[in-house]
Amino acid sequence: MNRFEVVTPADVEHASAMIAKPNCAAIAGGVDVLDLQKLGVTRTATLVNLKPLAAMNGIDEKPGGDLRLGALVKLHEVAEHPVIRKRFSAISDAARQAATPQIRNLGTVGGNLLQRPRCWYFRNPLTNCLKKGGDRCFSVGGLNRYHAIFGGGPSFIVHPSNLAPALVAFGASAHIVGPGGVRTVELEKFFALPSVDPHRENDLKAGEIITEIIVPAPARGARSIYIEAREKQSFDWPLVSVAAVIVANGKTVSQARIVMGAVAPIPWRVPDAERTLAGMAPSEENARAAAKIAIKNAAPLPDNGYKVKIAEVLVRRAILGAASEAATASDQT
Amino acid sequence: MSRRVTVELGYPGDTRDVTVEIPDGEPVPWQVPDRFELVGRSTPRVDGAMKATGAARYSYDIVLPEMLYGAILRSPHPAARVRSVDLSAARRLPGVRAAIEIGNDQARFAGQEIAAVAADSSDIADDAIALIKVDYEPRRFAVTIADAAASGAPSVFSGSNLDKPKISSKGDVDRALASAAEKIEATYVTPVQTHVSLETHGAVARFDESGLTVWCSTQGIFSVRDDLAVYFNLPPEKVRVICEYLGGGFGSKFGARPEIVTAARLAKEAGAPVKLMLPRGDEHLATGNRPNAEQTVRLGADRSGKLVAIDLVQRGSGGVGGGSGSSGPFKMVYPCDNIRTSETNVYMNAGPASPMRAPGWPQGCFGLEMAMDELARSLHIDRLEFRRVNNTNPVRAHELDLGARAFRWDDTKSALAKQTGTNRRGIGVACAAWHALGASGPEATAIAHRDGHVEIRCGTQDIGTGTRTALAIVAAEELGVPISQVASEIGDTRYPFSLPSGGSMSAPSNTPAVRQAAAHLRDKLFRIAAPILGAAPSDLEARDAVIRVRFDPSRSVAFKTVCRRIPGDSISAQGERLPNYQEFRPDQAGCQFAEVEVDTETGITRVVRVVAVHDVGTMLDPLTSRSQVNGGVLMGISYALFEMRRMDPALGLMMNPTMDDYKLVGPLDTPKIDVIFLDVRNGGTNTGVLGIGEVVHVASTAAVACAVSDAIGVPIRELPLTPDRILAALEHA
Repeated sequence: MNRFEVVTPADVEHASAMIAKPNCAAIAGGVDVLDLQKLGVTRTATLVNLKPLAAMNGIDEKPGGDLRLGALVKLHEVAEHPVIRKRFSAISDAARQAATPQIRNLGTVGGNLLQRPRCWYFRNPLTNCLKKGGDRCFSVGGLNRYHAIFGGGPSFIVHPSNLAPALVAFGASAHIVGPGGVRTVELEKFFALPSVDPHRENDLKAGEIITEIIVPAPARGARSIYIEAREKQSFDWPLVSVAAVIVANGKTVSQARIVMGAVAPIPWRVPDAERTLAGMAPSEENARAAAKIAIKNAAPLPDNGYKVKIAEVLVRRAILGAASEAATASDQT
Repeated sequence: MSRRVTVELGYPGDTRDVTVEIPDGEPVPWQVPDRFELVGRSTPRVDGAMKATGAARYSYDIVLPEMLYGAILRSPHPAARVRSVDLSAARRLPGVRAAIEIGNDQARFAGQEIAAVAADSSDIADDAIALIKVDYEPRRFAVTIADAAASGAPSVFSGSNLDKPKISSKGDVDRALASAAEKIEATYVTPVQTHVSLETHGAVARFDESGLTVWCSTQGIFSVRDDLAVYFNLPPEKVRVICEYLGGGFGSKFGARPEIVTAARLAKEAGAPVKLMLPRGDEHLATGNRPNAEQTVRLGADRSGKLVAIDLVQRGSGGVGGGSGSSGPFKMVYPCDNIRTSETNVYMNAGPASPMRAPGWPQGCFGLEMAMDELARSLHIDRLEFRRVNNTNPVRAHELDLGARAFRWDDTKSALAKQTGTNRRGIGVACAAWHALGASGPEATAIAHRDGHVEIRCGTQDIGTGTRTALAIVAAEELGVPISQVASEIGDTRYPFSLPSGGSMSAPSNTPAVRQAAAHLRDKLFRIAAPILGAAPSDLEARDAVIRVRFDPSRSVAFKTVCRRIPGDSISAQGERLPNYQEFRPDQAGCQFAEVEVDTETGITRVVRVVAVHDVGTMLDPLTSRSQVNGGVLMGISYALFEMRRMDPALGLMMNPTMDDYKLVGPLDTPKIDVIFLDVRNGGTNTGVLGIGEVVHVASTAAVACAVSDAIGVPIRELPLTPDRILAALEHA
């Protein structure tokens, strides 16, 4: 394993200044950072330990109903938090289905959003792939059963975060502290396609740190769901995941946000499918139609056409699942 | 001197008297009427607490003074000539104590051992590995059967990559198939599966004035000893091999494998002990695997459903190794007058195969049983009935009945015929066979100490099946003492000789030696007790922690009191495992039933329940036996649904050599597993215990695969049964 030093910053600004230097990076839960160091994918000399930064911790429900998630909050805390389970259940469902209990006890919200792709060409020390500075994506013409069906090219990785689709579905934003100060960015605009830059998956600049996530209060009558399909039920990455937030008034959907995970290099929102649902009853037939629209631009590789079928099924199920809860909630209020 | 004894063998409902000649001092084989204190009752593992608390010492845990850490450099190329290896920069790195070439001038798979170092820390060793300069001349390679068998394929060794087909034939298969009332032909494909033992391979090696001592993770301490003695030109007694605890092997840990030899070579060169345990990735690349197979099966049957012909044309690849045959089940499960098998081993540039839990059988059983299902459907015969019709083994016939009842085959089948919706359930049944009678060779020492505790010494090793517990049960039963009074000492070549733990050999080979040793020890204690009780030694028995007069149990003396009369610190007796005498049956049957549920929209499958029925010879311990069945079934589910070594044909690399990407069954994928044991007093040895490590795994994959095809109504003939394959099959249904 590459040797590195771990340093402790005084505060977030200090941490930001340190990781802005070359060959430095942040570490929190360390689940992915240490894996990448061990594999030699990264050879970072100095890791700046964010864990002592208490300001980046905590789950709070703001007076207006917004949810604040500190970037250092552990996945298991997200999975079990009563407010999140009640009002933002797609987010707690997404956290609960990630990895294993041991990893959920270490992995953080920020780390889950910023983890690098699981692509086996990216992680294999013997392949110098596009993402690592090489000149080709080996999934093209290689083993691509788990790769992107949307938004691929020139790299075909899929974004591995469970939380990202759920947070994007809720319209969440990230607070980012960097050398240039503080900025807030909608998560939907934070993730970046490989066509923009194949070497990164997001818009985080040198020295920047996500400090917290703000999830706006959902509209009245909103219900959410996160579901995923994985080959095995213990410790596996989703083949496809879907997060949906559906707002229903009476018998019709007033608003829907549907975001797929593990299908594209970024969380993959499907606005056309969302629009189809607006003003419609959340019926089996309408859910089917929306699901069909959700996958219409899929561009599968030779080995992953099956993911398109799964994506269609999961979008339909997510709509129906969220809508049935939304309808119930709407009846009650 | 020997005597003839008649024993009643079999199981309630099917017993027979068998007369065998046994030498003096050999206990009478356990038979049907025998009643036991410990044998057949659930005994928690004697070393369970040690393992659970971390007190048990595995090779990984060995730390010696002045110990160095070894690391191996492996070829990144699937095929290359090694023009030169330059160790000078590695040797110059501070902290490096030894650097050696492994001596492979050709790399034939990515992961082949090229060089190794030993250093003060594993970090330094890793740094030194990176400093080794190897001049490779990369060559063309082939990492799939199709590529390796194609004309013009690069030679893995020299000449053709295909071995001559191994053909076995009886009767006239072609004629029988031509005249069969119903026949099917299909090709069944299985992937390469890696062993993924919990403990990686490796060793700690030390040379000193007494010779070479090696602590290693091995299934065969004596085979490692013999290999190392040859390699280092030492008399075997100058090599001591120790394996106190072993974290699994499944067939991949026999002999002095490269990493063991390398640890010892480094220790010799450095003049200090060296620990060399492999990292996880190397386990997938270089320490063995179950070969893949492409099996074209033709079966023919008459109108009544009797098989008239079985034909197998198979090819498979053990990478740079051989042993890819899978014909066993085709020859041994369903008797038939006309059977022909052809097996061809294909070499390719991938890690070498090694034996893996019932070598050849799970893949053969998958091909055979899938074809049986397809033929039963053509014949419009119930699939279970089709097996019954073609089964001639009375034990298996009984097992099929027990299993069908427990599984509720008929009721489930009727219920499933009416199922609707997108989640579809299906059921499957598959038959197993094995030959786990053990072998002669092992010896054991039984020692009684003055404080009354008993020690059993036997140079076997526990692959994880509960060997210490099995030996202690047998000794405690024979001596009539509680199991807490018995300690099993194993895993050291200083102990009496035993065989490798493989081939389901351990329990049937070791327990008779231990029983004989314990019987001899008991006879010695009887001679001490006889004067105390005023009776002849031959009139005594040992039960309930006392030695007493058989016809007058009120005249007794505590076992511990007798031990206090031992003149020295202890007394000991030897036992040996004799060649088998006549058994109730020379084989072992078994059958497994599975129910699965397939989400036909996503292709995701889960196994709902499994019923496993197995004969075990004399049942020693239902608890550890059940644990073995659970393990066999789970490994079979994993092979059916998840596991596959995925090679990139263009790069020649395995793309999933990690616990993340190599998919293994996990807790949430575990079904309800019901285990039914048939306690058969099998004779053959004084215990009649059979090994069950392999037979319990043979049919698991096939039963699950048959159930999946039943669920979706179309056969899927290639493993693993991943969602892509299931959705594709449904699309073409």
